[in-house]
Amino acid sequence: MRRVYLDYNATAPLLPEALEAAVPYYASVWGNASSIHHQGREARVAVEDAREQVAQLIGADNPFDIVFTSGGTEAVNLAIRGYAYGNRARGQHIITTRAEHPAALDTCRALQQCGFDLTYLPVDGLGRVDPEVLAKSIRSQTILLTLIHGNHEVGTLQPLATLVEVAHAQGVPVHVDAVQAVGRVPIDVAALGIDLLSLCGHKFGGPKGVGALYIRRSIGATMQAVVHGGHQERERRAGTEDVPSIVALGKACALMGQRLADEGNRLEVLRDRLESEAFSRIPEVRSLGKSDDRLPNTTNISFAGVKGEALVFNLDLLGIAVSTGASCSSRQGVPSQVLEAMGVPRQVSEGSVRFSLGWGTTDDNIERVLNVLPSMVERLRMLSPLP
Amino acid sequence: MKLPIYMDHQTTTPVDRDVLEAMMPYLTDQFGDPSSRSHAWGWAAEEAVDRAREQVASLIGALPEEIFFTSGATESDNLALKGMARAYQEQGRHIVSQQTEHRAILDSCRRLEQEGFAITYLPVDRDGLVDPEAVRQAITPQTILVSIMHANNEVGSIQPLAEIGKVVKARGILFHSDAVQTVGKIACQVDDLQLDLMSISAHKMYGPKGVGALYVRKTRPRRLKCTPLFDGGGHERGLRSGTLNVPGIVGLGKACEVCERVWRDEGERLTRLRERFVAGIMQGLNYTYLNGHPTQRLPNNINLSFAGVDGEALIMGMTEVACSSGSACTSTTLEPSYVLKAMGLDDALVHASIRFGLGRWTTEDEVEYTVQTVVSRVQRIREMSPQYEMMTREGNSRPG
Repeated sequence: MRRVYLDYNATAPLLPEALEAAVPYYASVWGNASSIHHQGREARVAVEDAREQVAQLIGADNPFDIVFTSGGTEAVNLAIRGYAYGNRARGQHIITTRAEHPAALDTCRALQQCGFDLTYLPVDGLGRVDPEVLAKSIRSQTILLTLIHGNHEVGTLQPLATLVEVAHAQGVPVHVDAVQAVGRVPIDVAALGIDLLSLCGHKFGGPKGVGALYIRRSIGATMQAVVHGGHQERERRAGTEDVPSIVALGKACALMGQRLADEGNRLEVLRDRLESEAFSRIPEVRSLGKSDDRLPNTTNISFAGVKGEALVFNLDLLGIAVSTGASCSSRQGVPSQVLEAMGVPRQVSEGSVRFSLGWGTTDDNIERVLNVLPSMVERLRMLSPLP
Repeated sequence: MKLPIYMDHQTTTPVDRDVLEAMMPYLTDQFGDPSSRSHAWGWAAEEAVDRAREQVASLIGALPEEIFFTSGATESDNLALKGMARAYQEQGRHIVSQQTEHRAILDSCRRLEQEGFAITYLPVDRDGLVDPEAVRQAITPQTILVSIMHANNEVGSIQPLAEIGKVVKARGILFHSDAVQTVGKIACQVDDLQLDLMSISAHKMYGPKGVGALYVRKTRPRRLKCTPLFDGGGHERGLRSGTLNVPGIVGLGKACEVCERVWRDEGERLTRLRERFVAGIMQGLNYTYLNGHPTQRLPNNINLSFAGVDGEALIMGMTEVACSSGSACTSTTLEPSYVLKAMGLDDALVHASIRFGLGRWTTEDEVEYTVQTVVSRVQRIREMSPQYEMMTREGNSRPG
């Protein structure tokens, strides 16, 4: 059975070139990047090269503004907690959105319990924040805006330039959770004036267990660390550097940087084909969050009268991997907060399935899904107790 | 013999070939996220993580559900100290630790001090050991946690943890140990050591970097509380959020399995090599001192002070042997070792210290070569050292 993986927003396979780049650092050049001997210095060079590759992909002028972490969740935590605690004296108000990934949402809730004041901005039917609503929510006590760019469930891209401008106009720095966006769409922290940006490797072809936080130089001094215990990453994140993973992340960034436009177009064509043919072959389907401003690899389709879970499990039986939402919240029975925030009625969101494509996705993969989907939906609808 | 010789296995180790081989499927085809409950890729990843959890648990005599994966021992130490302190602060705000802990512990303690906790840093004796009686005396009604490392990363001295554990548990207090240097190297059973929490690192035991674990004892009727460092998704039963590093975790599991099989023999072999190393040095050089406990120490740790020699200069000049002065985590700052200072060495001998860490593939030839290299290099440096000349004239056998 040819298996088809269309769950890239959960995790992606490692790019073979990235693995190849990492392998020597497991057993041949295994030094600790903090050691002063030859082995250590070689590891250090590899880490710093990777730092440049990451910086380049996101348009950071200085590689030292990149801090390596253990992944996207840690990067988001470091950004929000590190900035919030470091700037608590200036104010305790933080603005975020209702369509965040759990990494930001749960962190914001934890801060709320520690006395911070949080505003959760509404989003429109496409998952976007209204710049005017943002402007009105900013107070003198506001210290940070944190928002997701490239929503994990529907792919929505925020009007970032406008939102950053609005926040900056009132002196509020911006953290962007770009875990799903980096490596998939162009993003330039310098051009956009982004202050903090979280990214992670394993969504676009880098390894699991590594991510990075971009910290604009001018706010760096105010950040507090979350993990203490060593001088690594210029005291911003303690712990022995995971050299092979960092090297692989750097390589993935370099490759995706070169391929960004082509790969984006390729995936967009495949995604659009999946969408349009599903629409023409299956009655009563709708696409959630469909707009021109979304990730090229993501579509969230709701099939009326069908439970998303049922569809997902039946597809799995045929070797096709998709998901009902973010895998981090795919705990049973928890309705999607993102879709709820977008005002999607419960019965529509319950029938939704997320298809997310990536570097390994082929025409054949899409063909295979389209071959089985219409009859499967029809069969499930016949069995369905739903009206 | 291939040069340079790696004599720095306390800092980090190469990944065992068997470990890398076990990781490979998860770096290629089996790339699923264990949180993906809806498809085969996710399930395969979950199974792999479960297996690794069993392998780690088996090595330390724990239950699989007592193992929580982290990004490494620094994070484990942070999670243990801050997580417990923040969760139990209503019962008291006092923690007992000691002066030669790894930076991950000391810096976490400093952070907790800023949050209003009181920390007692117990002294160590000349051999680097903590007195269990001192632990007993340091405990107050406010004490919620005692954290004492198992073996020191710089000098290899093994703390009398079982004895300390008895004292701590008699008072019903939580007991944590940073066992980064001992897991997979010497006997390290959580029950024997009476531990409630233990930090584990993969890359010190021939596993990959970027992964570690925290052992948290399963208590009845109530589970131990621990405030997480990160939020977002509630992975690892709410203790540690973030997509699991499946290849890394598989690597840690395999490293534990290999260690469980080989640690006894490996320990004996390395102890013999260590003794030969030290004897060779002592034969060739006078005014040279072994730091740390002479026998109650890690099989692979050798920490020597060469009076009249600048350790840093010796390392830099010895390109064919990779070793370190103190822990790598402090070595780039060029601060003298706080561990040796806490043991009462005077500054001159602290600056004259070097650590050699033997490893799984260290050969007798490599030990021989290293000894000869060190002896001749030290002799040459001393020939030009006025400090050494002065010392020999005074006949001062052990300054400080």
